Amino acid sequence: MSKKKIATIWLAGCSGCHMSLLDMDERLLEVAKLADIVKSPVVDGKELPKVDVAIVEGAVASDEHLEELKHIRRQAKILVALGDCAITGNVSGIRNRVTKEQALERAYLDSGVNLDGVLPTHPVLQKLEDRVRPLHEEVPVDYYIQGCPPSADKIFYVISEILHGREPTTEGDGEVKYG
Amino acid sequence: MSKISITINDEPYKVESGQTIMEACKEHNIKIPSMCHFDGLTDVGACRLCLVEIEGQSKLLPSCTTQVEPNQKIRTHSDRLSGHRQMITELFFSERNHVCAVCVANGNCELQDLATEVGMKHVRFPYLFQECEVDASHAMFVIDHNRCIMCTRCVRVCSEVEGAHNWDVKNRGYKVRIISDFDTPWGESESCTSCRKCVEVCPTGSLWSKDKAQGQSKKNPQMIKDLIEKRKVNL
Repeated sequence: MSKKKIATIWLAGCSGCHMSLLDMDERLLEVAKLADIVKSPVVDGKELPKVDVAIVEGAVASDEHLEELKHIRRQAKILVALGDCAITGNVSGIRNRVTKEQALERAYLDSGVNLDGVLPTHPVLQKLEDRVRPLHEEVPVDYYIQGCPPSADKIFYVISEILHGREPTTEGDGEVKYG
Repeated sequence: MSKISITINDEPYKVESGQTIMEACKEHNIKIPSMCHFDGLTDVGACRLCLVEIEGQSKLLPSCTTQVEPNQKIRTHSDRLSGHRQMITELFFSERNHVCAVCVANGNCELQDLATEVGMKHVRFPYLFQECEVDASHAMFVIDHNRCIMCTRCVRVCSEVEGAHNWDVKNRGYKVRIISDFDTPWGESESCTSCRKCVEVCPTGSLWSKDKAQGQSKKNPQMIKDLIEKRKVNL
């Protein structure tokens, strides 16, 4: 059996889910036996090739996130939403209570250090979407790993079940637990 | 009270007439999920999680407000009921702003546990992200409407056990809100006795004590259940 390809991607989240991913510790070697991690914030690789499994942390908060997520969906056979931001919006989605403009003003103008009152507008910067959304509002998601962050045990359980071609179940180690 | 015969999930049982279906099930260790029910308080059938199937009835009925009847055939668990309970749980989460990660009740929340119990992998409905107030005007407690699921346990415990009736309900639909006195800040309430019974019965992090930070709130609903029992005793 040829080795599978995995990518992990970081959208609007705090990277805590990726920290939890690394917390799999020596079990990363077990994953490495079954699959190559071809793109991730923790490995080299600029382009996202065709992969078997894409694991996505974070919500969709900007135009760039949306474009990236749609690209990932096209490239990946299986898409996994990793953590509460990807599944519910969570902390990244708290700004949905106010408008995008109010959020930017609060962050940049009320900060007390941006005395010239300049908002970031350079064309290479990401543009915030009006509303932060969980992944499944934009693309079909195959598996969900809840938690803020999800435990390393649960991430390992879901990934290894998928790599072995089995269904992760919520009755076993894939218990649903938000927060 | 006389005993009557009923069937629950194809098993025959003898139960007290006048009991609710939920009481009868509890006596026989049949667990039905619920949120608004609280032992000793008047049942209102608000959350709809305890709906059961009754043979001959096309509608599902809440087990907390439906009395047992002779020869009734009840089903407490089925694919149809699981589907409804899953949907109700998702609607709770989509209606207001439940962010477990930053909540005072994280790890000690009946709503969080319910999501685990029904296996809510994600919420299929669009989140409303509606603007909800946080009233921190009381000297000791906070009411955060973002986390409220309108079970109204606080309203009932305040009225029926404390006898103060500080809490009530305004509006309908998704705009429904718990109010203090005549919709005034909690800190200005003339009826609140600061007894904290509402805080202890609140199933989520909506009512909490100011000395608690994220994940520190530990509710003690058993204390209120015991109190209700003790107050039934006439010395």
